[in-house]
Amino acid sequence: MSVTPQDVEKVALLARLTISESELPEVTERFSRVLNLVDELNTIDTADIVPMSNPHDMEQRLRPDQVTRGNNREALMASAPSQEQGYFLVPKVID
Amino acid sequence: MADTQLLTAPVSELRQLLSDRAISSVELTRAFLRQIELCNPLLNAVVTICEDHALEQAALADKQLATGEIAPLTGVPLLHKDIFCTHGIRTTCGSRMLAEFTPAYDATVVSKLQSAGAVTLGKCNMDEFAMGSSNETSFFGTVKNPWDLDCVPGGSSGGSAAAVAAGMAPLATGTDTGGSIRQPASLCGITGLKPTYGRVSRLGIIAFASSLDQAGPMARTAEDCALALTAMAGVDGGDSTSADKPVPNFHGALNTDIQGLRIGLPKQFFNDDLDDQVRARVLEALAELEKAGATLVEIDLPHSHYAIATYYVIAPAEASANLARYDGVRFGYRCDDPQNLEDLYLRSRSEGFGEEVQRRILVGTYALSAGFYDAYFNKAQQVRRVITEDFHRAFEQVDVIAGPSAPGVAFPFGAKQQDPIAMYMEDIYTLAVNLAGLPGLSTPAGFINGMPVGLQLIGRPFDEQTILNAAHRLQTDTDWHQSHPSLGDLAS
Repeated sequence: MSVTPQDVEKVALLARLTISESELPEVTERFSRVLNLVDELNTIDTADIVPMSNPHDMEQRLRPDQVTRGNNREALMASAPSQEQGYFLVPKVID
Repeated sequence: MADTQLLTAPVSELRQLLSDRAISSVELTRAFLRQIELCNPLLNAVVTICEDHALEQAALADKQLATGEIAPLTGVPLLHKDIFCTHGIRTTCGSRMLAEFTPAYDATVVSKLQSAGAVTLGKCNMDEFAMGSSNETSFFGTVKNPWDLDCVPGGSSGGSAAAVAAGMAPLATGTDTGGSIRQPASLCGITGLKPTYGRVSRLGIIAFASSLDQAGPMARTAEDCALALTAMAGVDGGDSTSADKPVPNFHGALNTDIQGLRIGLPKQFFNDDLDDQVRARVLEALAELEKAGATLVEIDLPHSHYAIATYYVIAPAEASANLARYDGVRFGYRCDDPQNLEDLYLRSRSEGFGEEVQRRILVGTYALSAGFYDAYFNKAQQVRRVITEDFHRAFEQVDVIAGPSAPGVAFPFGAKQQDPIAMYMEDIYTLAVNLAGLPGLSTPAGFINGMPVGLQLIGRPFDEQTILNAAHRLQTDTDWHQSHPSLGDLAS
């Protein structure tokens, strides 16, 4: 299956990526090639097969909802590109 | 001991020298730091060197060695792939997105190896976010193959593989989502093990595809991989997919008796597509195992050619979800002067991620998007089960499955970069092993025109021991793993 430049632009927006006008034809072409490769999956009948999300069909292991690691807030906040008084700073959202 | 001998000695010998007090950990650490300093300008295998940290750890190890408090890797220097979070040490994942990221905690693998006494020399270059098979996608530049500086080292753990091959460390960590330990190990002539999915905790490993990612050791010998895996493995409360299974002492249980071992050769791996010279090398290595008492049996993995298509839906889909966290707000790269929040997201991601990473995010987002989820993601997960069941059926007949680790030897820079599909084919023999969650290793199997070839051995779930034993036996009977590039030519 091939995709159009418009399809690629739509997916890029969903993924919050920008593609410049000049790159769009090449990205679309490469995208179509990868989709052609994966279209091979349509040649196999999987009607009654349960999808596999974990190779050992392992079930989600839960733990009691307790604090197990100490408060590391300051060290974690130190990685933020911009912060003030314990808040992440972003451009103004509401006028 | 001459420098080259020391720099190319396996961990098992270095441990002995350390416990005999024939060398101190500080001396050993200095020798490897010096080798990194000499070779890295040419190879670009290491992105961060932690000299002070390493020498502190080495001095502590020497105190422990003096008092006889010896852990399995006390005083042994190693390098970590730059995908493992290291507390206080920059962790880039080969990306501009994380070029200045310093984690506030250690990955479980890092803390376990540290508890086992290992000394961290630094962090290894890699394909960006582990997406690549040639180390050409790193924001920090390509890594060169120490056997031929015009060729790639493989990827994504190419920095780790090149560093071990060049005597910059006796041991390195890697991760393998579709072949990223085994293929570079093959191209650089070292031994690399991808454990069973769940064997090693993924906590603190920067996520690529969560149902496929596994960490493992890269070293000169299968014995060293057994030593390192014993230290790395185990259930972890911080990774709900880590397996609650006892961890054997893989090193203590190493056994060279492979009499009666049944090795399956999938006819799909040895078909006409396989390069004749690679076939010859792999069959020669297998003949050695046959001489040692193993039986070779042809087996059928009828759906193995679907592995590439399946992988290139599942891995990008999981990556697209995992990489959504890089939004320019909480950590990582932020674009200059964002006009509004939307602009901040769009530009931070487009400027922070490289081309291959963006390409995979796009494919993954598409496969997960409304209207396509069933046709792509769900379908791929169904085919994943079909592929996995092929392996389980084969393992009723054989104990180990063998084949090439990669379709060829190391290739020149740029040779496959323009064609994503050609690059994806590099992992044609390794991808299915990740889809099925099985353990796999690559061990040296000779050379083609002076460039290393790897034999891949695949085991039953959680049976790393059997493939380690077979590789150890092969390395007892052959000396391919002892070859190394001329270290003198690598010094700048």
